[in-house]
Amino acid sequence: MDGIHDMGGMDGFGPIPIEYDEPVFHGEWEGRVYAMNGAIGAWGKWNIDAGRYGIEQMDPAHYLQSNYYERWLYRTEQMMVVHGMITQEELESGTASDGERSQPLTMQQIVERQTRSRSARVDEDIAQKFKAGDKVLVRNIHPKGHTRVPRYVRGRTGVIDRDHGVFIFPDTHALFQGKKPQHIYSVRFDAQHLWGPDAPAQDKLYLDLWDDYLDPA
Amino acid sequence: MSEGHDHSHLSDTELRVRALESLLTEKGLVDPAALDAIVDTYENKVGPRNGAKVVARAWTDPKFKKWLLEDATAAIGSMGFVGNQGADMVVIENTADVHNVTVCTLCSCYPWSVLGLPPAWYKSFPYRARLVKEPRAVLEEFGLALGNNVEVRVWDSTAELRYLVLPARPAGTEGMSEDELVEIVSRNSMIGTEQIAAPAGDA
Repeated sequence: MDGIHDMGGMDGFGPIPIEYDEPVFHGEWEGRVYAMNGAIGAWGKWNIDAGRYGIEQMDPAHYLQSNYYERWLYRTEQMMVVHGMITQEELESGTASDGERSQPLTMQQIVERQTRSRSARVDEDIAQKFKAGDKVLVRNIHPKGHTRVPRYVRGRTGVIDRDHGVFIFPDTHALFQGKKPQHIYSVRFDAQHLWGPDAPAQDKLYLDLWDDYLDPA
Repeated sequence: MSEGHDHSHLSDTELRVRALESLLTEKGLVDPAALDAIVDTYENKVGPRNGAKVVARAWTDPKFKKWLLEDATAAIGSMGFVGNQGADMVVIENTADVHNVTVCTLCSCYPWSVLGLPPAWYKSFPYRARLVKEPRAVLEEFGLALGNNVEVRVWDSTAELRYLVLPARPAGTEGMSEDELVEIVSRNSMIGTEQIAAPAGDA
């Protein structure tokens, strides 16, 4: 979706908020959100792509007013309701409404499950459409669902830098429509091609893009 | 963001997080001890020191460096640094002519297994929005001014590959051991927003 999350190239956000010697978590609640997200994600009710899509569907104004872990909190709450782990009433009341109790995952079980689903690489022999050095045109697509091709490269031409192998395709995976495994390439773009003549002529951008985002140029 | 421990001053977000943890614990969906262990992992065990060890080894062992640049996942895995958000690694080398810097414009993808959790600025809207369009201006805010003799390469982590920058080894460190070098490798140098200065006292 052409959402607020697709920020590459936007102006107006001001300077980088550099902070020296910052803590890992700014406040205990951030750590609890991080940990709950991992512990709940390990139940396997959804995948990482669906989780990202969950954040992307936040109201844009809410997204911009929330920090990173506030967006994670929203995602964890919403995904748990959508996938039937808790009800909206329970979320609002903070109290379990029925007698049903699960057995929580231990740290060891969480780590084991995360290890199994850690890599998005798919061990299948699928032919690549491109090889290093090929010129490619990024498709001008605007899917309403989840996608990992940013707006700022759609319709632009680049060069295949390297082939990373076969991976899950997030656009279908996020919607629980299958892994659709295909090659990912590192695609190189000239900064001037993307941003115009004011960009330094020698500077480059590299994005990881899937076969389904690319056509020969 | 309130850092206070007086419960009467908890923010709405803090109250919401407490209520959620309480609910999930009551339903048997999370074990607070497992949450404690996850927090402890990223506060105390997994952090940029892992990446610094990879860099120091690459600086002192040419065979390891070659392996790292060709198959970062295997080379880093050989040092025991495997984990979430680091299953498929790519290492890119900074030289006198090329400066690499990493970002994730769409969310905030980051190589947790070698750098720990990302700093707030990496996840900030200005960094995500600006780095791809005006990397040199962003780097100047970090105190790094690059000349036109240097090619800047911005890597936008749009997929599940996770990027680690191999910073250039500074002059004046020839006599330092691998363990000593670990101490001078900064986190930001492995993201690409800094270069590592020569140690004080050396030319």
